[in-house]
Amino acid sequence: MTTIAQDRELHPPAITPETQPFFDATARGALMLKFCDACQRFHHYPRALCPHCFSERTRWVETKGTGSIYTFSVLRAGTPTPFALAYVQLDEGPRMMTNLVDCDLDALDIGQPVRVVFKPATNGAMIPMFTPTQGKAP
Amino acid sequence: MSIHGKAYLVGAYEHPTREAKDKSLAQLHAEVAKGALDDAGLTHRDVDGFFCASDAPGLGPMSMIDYLGLRVRHLDSTDIGGASYLAHVHHAAQAIALGKCNVALVTLAGKPRSSGWSGTQARTFGDEAPDAAFEYAYGMGTANVYAMSAKRHMYEFGTTSEQLAWIKVAASHHAQHNPHAMLRDVVTVEQVVNSKLVADPLHKLDCCVVSDGGGAVILARPEIARELKRPRVKLIGAGESLKGLDGGDIDVTHTGAVWSGPRAFEEAGVKPSDIQYASIYDSFTITVLLQLEDLGFCKKGEGGKFVADGGLISGVGKLPFNTDGGGLCNNHPRNRGGMTKIIEAVRQLRGEAHPAVQVPNCQLALAQGLGGFLAGRHGSATLIMERE
Ligand SMILES: [Zn+2]
Repeated sequence: MTTIAQDRELHPPAITPETQPFFDATARGALMLKFCDACQRFHHYPRALCPHCFSERTRWVETKGTGSIYTFSVLRAGTPTPFALAYVQLDEGPRMMTNLVDCDLDALDIGQPVRVVFKPATNGAMIPMFTPTQGKAP
Repeated sequence: MSIHGKAYLVGAYEHPTREAKDKSLAQLHAEVAKGALDDAGLTHRDVDGFFCASDAPGLGPMSMIDYLGLRVRHLDSTDIGGASYLAHVHHAAQAIALGKCNVALVTLAGKPRSSGWSGTQARTFGDEAPDAAFEYAYGMGTANVYAMSAKRHMYEFGTTSEQLAWIKVAASHHAQHNPHAMLRDVVTVEQVVNSKLVADPLHKLDCCVVSDGGGAVILARPEIARELKRPRVKLIGAGESLKGLDGGDIDVTHTGAVWSGPRAFEEAGVKPSDIQYASIYDSFTITVLLQLEDLGFCKKGEGGKFVADGGLISGVGKLPFNTDGGGLCNNHPRNRGGMTKIIEAVRQLRGEAHPAVQVPNCQLALAQGLGGFLAGRHGSATLIMERE
C-alpha cells in the first residue's frame, strides 16, 4: 500500500508577542528552540519563562532541524486527505508536535530519521513539519 | 485532613436519551438534576452546593443555579474535560467535610450527536490558548492524538491491535444487557480489527460512541445519607492530576492516573487488588489500557495481556469494568464519559447493575476519569467508593 502525503490547507498560527521570533525564523527556513541559561535545558513550545525552572533567562537557539519520529498516527477518516500527526524528537532533545509530509504515509515508522521542512498556512505563515531522510529505522 | 468517609454518593441518574434534538441543553441539565434528586429522595431545596463544567450553557454555574432555582452556598466549575465530574465529586466531598455545604449536586449534559460532532475534527481552544500556534495547524483532533499513544505503546511493549480489541469486546458483552446502550451487539476481536482504520492504529470499533444526554450525582454528609432509604455508598479516597507536554519531555505511554491513582488508593487505605469493580474512562480502547497500567492493576507494558481473553468481562475476567457498556458501547454524553463512570460504580455498589453483569457482593469500586488528550495535556481523577 502506498499513500502519498498531499499538502493540506493549514490554519494560520495564533502568534503572540512571545512567539513572534519563532515564526520570523520559520519564514527564513530556520527552526528555533528556546534554551534556558539558568537550567541549561531546551523547551518547546517556546515561552518567555522556562517551564522547567521558571527562569526568565531564556534565549532563542537555531536547531539543526533534524530528529527522529517518536510517535505518529495517520488520520484516514473524516479528513479530505490522509495526513500524519506526529511527535518528532529533535536532536536537541525536545519532542514537538508536527506533521510528517512529502512522504509515503504507509512507509512511516517510529525511530525513522527526519528533517524539517516548512509549509505555508493559508495566511502565508510558515509551519515547521518533517520529512523522512531515509527508509525505516535500522 | 482526609475526605475518607466524609461524604456519601446518595443520588445518581443517567439520562436515557442518546439523541436529544427536542430538548435544550439547559433542560437536559435540569432533567438529570431532577432524576438524581428523585433517586436520592431529596428535593432541589435541599441542595446547597452545585458543581458543573464547561458543558453547562451560558455562564456555567451562574446560569445554571439561576435556571434550576437553587440556593447554594458553595459552587465550583472546575473543567478538566471528561474527568471534570470525578473532580467535582472530590471537591464536593472536601466542601462537605469542611461544612461548606451539606448536599452537593453535580450535573453534565450535552448534544454532540445532534449537532454533528466528529472525533476526527481538529480541536482548538481559541487563539489565546498558549499551545494553539503549535498544535492547531497540525490537525490534532481527538482520534489521532489518542492513536499516537497506542502507536508508541505498541512500539515499546509489543501491544497488539487484537489486545486492544478485547477491551471493546468486553464492553460489548456488558452492553448487550443494557436497553439504553447505543451498540448492543456483541462483537468479536476480528470485527474490531477489521473495522475501518480511523487513525492508525485505532479502528472505528476502538472508538467510543458519540451521544447526547447527560447524568448527575448527589453527595451528602453522612448524617443525611443515613436518613435516606437508599443503599449507602461512601467516598473513601480521591486523587487528581494534570499531565502536560512537559516543555517537550512528554512521554505518551502513561497518563495522569499514575499520580491521581496512588493518591486515591493511599487515602482509601486499599490497594488495586482489593477493587472488585472498576469504571475506567473509555474514550478509546487505548485509554482504558493505559489507565489500567497506571492505576496499578498490572505492570506498565502488560496491559495487553491483562485485558486479553476476556480479562475485563464481568463474571469471566479478573477485573469487571464498565458493566453498563461504557463509552465504547453505551453512552459518552457530551464526549465526556466521566459522569457515567461514577454512575455505574454507584449502581454496582448498590447492587443495582443489570443482574447479568452485577458483581456479587460488590463492596469496593473505583471510578477513573481522563479528560482532554491522551498524548497531549489531560486531567485525571480517581475515586474509590465503598458500600457501607
Ligand atoms: Zn530553566
